Amino acid sequence: MNIMTEQSLENAVGDKMKSNEVIKMRGDKVGVFYGEKQALFDVDLDVRLNQVTALIGPSGCGKSTFLRCLNRMNDTIDSARVTGKITLDEEDIYDKNIDVVELRARVGMVFQKPNPFPKSIYENVAYGPRIHGLAKRKADMDQIVESSLKKAAIWNEVKDRLQEPGTGLSGGQQQRLCIARAIAVSPEVILMDEPCSALDPIATARVEELIDELRQNYTIVIVTHSMQQAARVSQRTAMFHLGYLVEEGATDKMFTTPDDKRTQDYITGRFG
Amino acid sequence: MTDIPMDTMVRPAAHPRRDIGLKARYAAERRFRIYGVVAISVGLAFLAIMLITIVSKGYTAFWQTTVSLPITFDEKVIDPSGKRATDPSVLIKANYPKLAENALVAKLGISPDDKPMIQKLKGFLSEGARVQLRDIVAADPSVIGTTRDVNILAAANLDSAFKGQIDLSVEEARRKVSDQQITWMNKLKAEGAMAEHFNSGLFTYGASSRPETSGMGVAIIGSFYMMVIVLLLALPIGVAASIYLEEFAKKNRFTDLIEVNINNLAAVPSIVFGLLGLAVFINFLGMPRSAAFVGGLVLTLMTLPTIIIATRAALAAVPPSIRSAALGLGASKMQMVFQHILPLAAPGILTGTIIGLARALGETAPLLLIGMVAFVADPPTTPFDPATALPVQIYMWANEAERAFVERMSGAIIILLVFLMAMNITAIVLRRRFERRW
Repeated sequence: MNIMTEQSLENAVGDKMKSNEVIKMRGDKVGVFYGEKQALFDVDLDVRLNQVTALIGPSGCGKSTFLRCLNRMNDTIDSARVTGKITLDEEDIYDKNIDVVELRARVGMVFQKPNPFPKSIYENVAYGPRIHGLAKRKADMDQIVESSLKKAAIWNEVKDRLQEPGTGLSGGQQQRLCIARAIAVSPEVILMDEPCSALDPIATARVEELIDELRQNYTIVIVTHSMQQAARVSQRTAMFHLGYLVEEGATDKMFTTPDDKRTQDYITGRFG
Repeated sequence: MTDIPMDTMVRPAAHPRRDIGLKARYAAERRFRIYGVVAISVGLAFLAIMLITIVSKGYTAFWQTTVSLPITFDEKVIDPSGKRATDPSVLIKANYPKLAENALVAKLGISPDDKPMIQKLKGFLSEGARVQLRDIVAADPSVIGTTRDVNILAAANLDSAFKGQIDLSVEEARRKVSDQQITWMNKLKAEGAMAEHFNSGLFTYGASSRPETSGMGVAIIGSFYMMVIVLLLALPIGVAASIYLEEFAKKNRFTDLIEVNINNLAAVPSIVFGLLGLAVFINFLGMPRSAAFVGGLVLTLMTLPTIIIATRAALAAVPPSIRSAALGLGASKMQMVFQHILPLAAPGILTGTIIGLARALGETAPLLLIGMVAFVADPPTTPFDPATALPVQIYMWANEAERAFVERMSGAIIILLVFLMAMNITAIVLRRRFERRW
């Protein structure tokens, strides 16, 4: 118990020092319309470098919608329209000069349901680097695949069966494979849309550990329905409700002394 | 929450049985099952009747009676004036049937001077003997003056009689074979000179007014050309159109309109496509009549909607998670479609294409309108030569009165059904083999 507290204290101190600093992505009055219906209203939210930002809130509150704005996945929905401004390293990602394909190579995504391609494990990881031309030779590609699978903490489980289909893995392994696939293109930010909702508690614990490790090298934004998960893995938490950002702050503070009554009610399980 | 069931467990008798109409519900279910079984039985019965009729009438078409005769290639008959060295047309015009007749007369032991008897031989051997013997001489003129055993085709009526299809109890004047011919036939049969052989001519001969020398060769080649043209045109155009509509085009009123029209086109009667082909390809663009190329174009138009609908369904069936995965990694839309969606949709596309092709193979009406219902004796060498198609050949034979043509029609139906079944089975096997589950 003592060690734990010390550890988290240390983390908190370390975070404070870092968090004064670099803002990786910034949402400025972000609104999203699906046709006539507005799903997100004036969201101002910062995503800090090398931190895990958790987005929480009841279903339909717009947290996934906001997440999908960050790598412009909403572009694939014909009726969706985004207003306001989102920046990545101070660059407007909705600017005409920004290529959406390049953006998605910089801002990777892991989805709610594990969705490996129905190809071999190796091909799953190699696909991204290949289309972006990151490996010139076969040996380079092998290197990328191996290091990505290692970073995703799945290498030991799959190293002997890289040529077997990725769809043959268990749910938790599939999700870690999807994380490896996202890491393989060396993104700066990784978006995770409820990455553990289809997994059992053991697989969830492994993915959560992994997220904490990945934080060293990547900036992570995670949408989750689990309060405990948000508390465990994130440094900052943002609470959404009915399309509005209710409150945003350091996770420790959000879960102990939230400013807003709705946050208080939600995290104590009174609604949602 | 947990208290209530506890409560009921203590007093189970407190629940009186309600009448919830179970009896009527089960009766309704039984009735429905009976309707289903009856419907399927009726369908299967008709299928069985159809297949049995066709096969029983048609299997004999695959056998053909021939008479094995020692033909003497007599120079006096072929080239009486000895001019063949200077005038090659002598060999073409020669009286080859006479050779066959002489051989048969000798075989049956008839005196060469017994003209009335020889007259009765008329219609015993096929007129096709002319071509048969001419081909032998043309291939090797040195055969003249020698004797060689040749299987001469029996005439259609003798063929029917040999297969036991002619009712001999009918009085002689009212049937096509005379008693004398029957006697000869039995004599030759006893000697082993007259026998049935596999009818390879059914697959190689073109149109003919004599059943024994008519076959589906031209129709098979014509149908083959058309299938190739349909595959080469309809598959790429159909798949490209589907990919554009399904993956790239914005969903708006205009694309909705296109979609409705494609669905309607799939239901347009095929004869309308034939009229379109006649008006556009033949009358306006001046393409040749009766050509497999035009037939292929018309069938392409007809098959396109089927392929587009099947392809779009196959594309739409690829789970959205695969699209998200590819796009999320930074694949462009084109890469997403061609590297992920299309390979996954391929089995469905193939199945739809093969079923569309099978439908085109069995299509008759549009081909009648563009003149493919023609008497074509020579096999087409290019798709621009006159040809017929398998179902059209069946249609043409169905219009003939002779027993031997009815037999050939049934044989042709069997062949067409075998082709169609082979295609459909291929489609099923492909679907089974490549089907993926998520």
